[in-house]
Amino acid sequence: MPADFISNLYVFILAGFVGFELIKRVSPLLHTPLMSLTNALDAIVVVAAIIITGRHETHLTLVLGAVAVAASFCNMVGGFFITDRMLRMFKTGRPKK
Amino acid sequence: MTAIELQQYLDFGYIAAVVLFILSLKWLSSPARARWGVLAGEIGAAIAVTATLFNPELVQYKWIVISLIIGAGVGIPLGMVKMTAVPQRTALSHAFGAASAAMIGIAEYYVGTSHLTRFEMGEIGLEVIIGSLTFTGSLIAAGKLQEILPQRPIVYRGQNLVSLSILGAALALAIALVIHPGHTALFPFMVAVALIFGVMLVTPIGGADMPTVISLLNSYAGFSAALLGFVLNSKVLVVAGALDGSSGFVLSVIMCKAMNRSFTNVLFGAFGQVQPSAAKHEEARPVRSATAEEAASILTAANKVVVVPGYGMAVAQAQHKVRELYDALTKLGIDVRFAIHPVAGRMPGHMNVLLAEADVPYDHLIEMDEINGDFAQTDVALIIGANDVTNPAARTDTGSPIYGMPILDVDKARTVMVIKRSMSPGFAGIDNPLYYLDKTLMLFGDAKSFVSNILREVAGGHG
Repeated sequence: MPADFISNLYVFILAGFVGFELIKRVSPLLHTPLMSLTNALDAIVVVAAIIITGRHETHLTLVLGAVAVAASFCNMVGGFFITDRMLRMFKTGRPKK
Repeated sequence: MTAIELQQYLDFGYIAAVVLFILSLKWLSSPARARWGVLAGEIGAAIAVTATLFNPELVQYKWIVISLIIGAGVGIPLGMVKMTAVPQRTALSHAFGAASAAMIGIAEYYVGTSHLTRFEMGEIGLEVIIGSLTFTGSLIAAGKLQEILPQRPIVYRGQNLVSLSILGAALALAIALVIHPGHTALFPFMVAVALIFGVMLVTPIGGADMPTVISLLNSYAGFSAALLGFVLNSKVLVVAGALDGSSGFVLSVIMCKAMNRSFTNVLFGAFGQVQPSAAKHEEARPVRSATAEEAASILTAANKVVVVPGYGMAVAQAQHKVRELYDALTKLGIDVRFAIHPVAGRMPGHMNVLLAEADVPYDHLIEMDEINGDFAQTDVALIIGANDVTNPAARTDTGSPIYGMPILDVDKARTVMVIKRSMSPGFAGIDNPLYYLDKTLMLFGDAKSFVSNILREVAGGHG
């Protein structure tokens, strides 16, 4: 088993626990924005897609990479945007009339 | 600066991004600070993307820039959809995320075909299978939510056996590739079979189970990104994927608990498939119905009102009218609150964003566990487009498919009013004994127009 695998596994398990503890504390009120926010964070795969595209090793990898860049960047931009839109709507107190 | 030094600087950028991602989720725990969380996430993502653009391995930028522009061009409109369309937008973004992870895995396979170790092949195989099935599964979920595809479960005899065999075939192909890395022709078949499995996985699942399914797909999309991090040895992907995966997982567990069902039951149990008790008593039992005028006079005479919104409110786009009713009643000094069941609507928290969009203050949106004790002191429980989450059979009828599911105890309120199109049971096909109680008044009609009518009566009598 490669050494990288073990160190990645450490990171994965620790991050998984951190995620678990953080998510448990998010109020159910905000579960929808939570999902769109984690989606936007997950779109960080765009960095891997950028590298595949930029290396341009074969035409196939260029096409796969470029489509992956577009799809994940779309999630990143759209995800942050809609999360912020939703959170702006959550207001306390009575609406002004 | 040497290449190694540069790589270290880039790694610091990724570490900063990871820290910001964790803070981002931490700040989401309270509505007051939640927007800081979005900002932290945005800065983290910007740092990571910028650092990547300095990666010395990049030999061309043209297609990167073009793809980034296309991505932003599609992403911005997808970020501007109406709140009623958020569940399908979310499903679509799970599809996009999973597709990117799968495509990068596929590209990585073809780049490294000649020198992949068996271990690496196993990682890529698993990553591409999960990414592919999540992609098609999420597309089907989005299609159902957008009502391009039928929302009812599509089932046939022996379905689970067929679906599991397909998953088995995909895994068998991956194992074959691990044992015989030379058989590269098998790889596209493995991808195709995984794509088919995703379709088979979600097609039998009905609309009412979407909150769980969308959370599970969220979790799969996250874990496929984390696996991709293992494949590429990229810690930032491992962390972001683990955060997203555990988030989806926690939400799935919450949704399953709120329906008193297990994962396997949601995925392989096709809700509404077995309905032994529902079809039996067809005889028309008497119900009491009321007009908007009567409903308005009961509401205005009340001290405490609890509104129970459900998917029907979203379908009828009634949330703004409901808020006007909330305003009108609040002005009369009536205490109006909203009872939110965890699985009301089509995704976790769906009702909260709809009502927040309509300007209902969030401190009036109360979770099930918190409000259930208050129903006994409630004068009127007004149910708008919710059904199964108010069904008292879940407490008493062991034969009911929803037996054991935690429900909102609306039947404890002094008067129950239910806005509903007709007596036909929801598509889960479960009869609701609540409707036949003496204290229950059925208000037949479209949620939006009925609420408008009540509103007119309330304003007319007291304006």
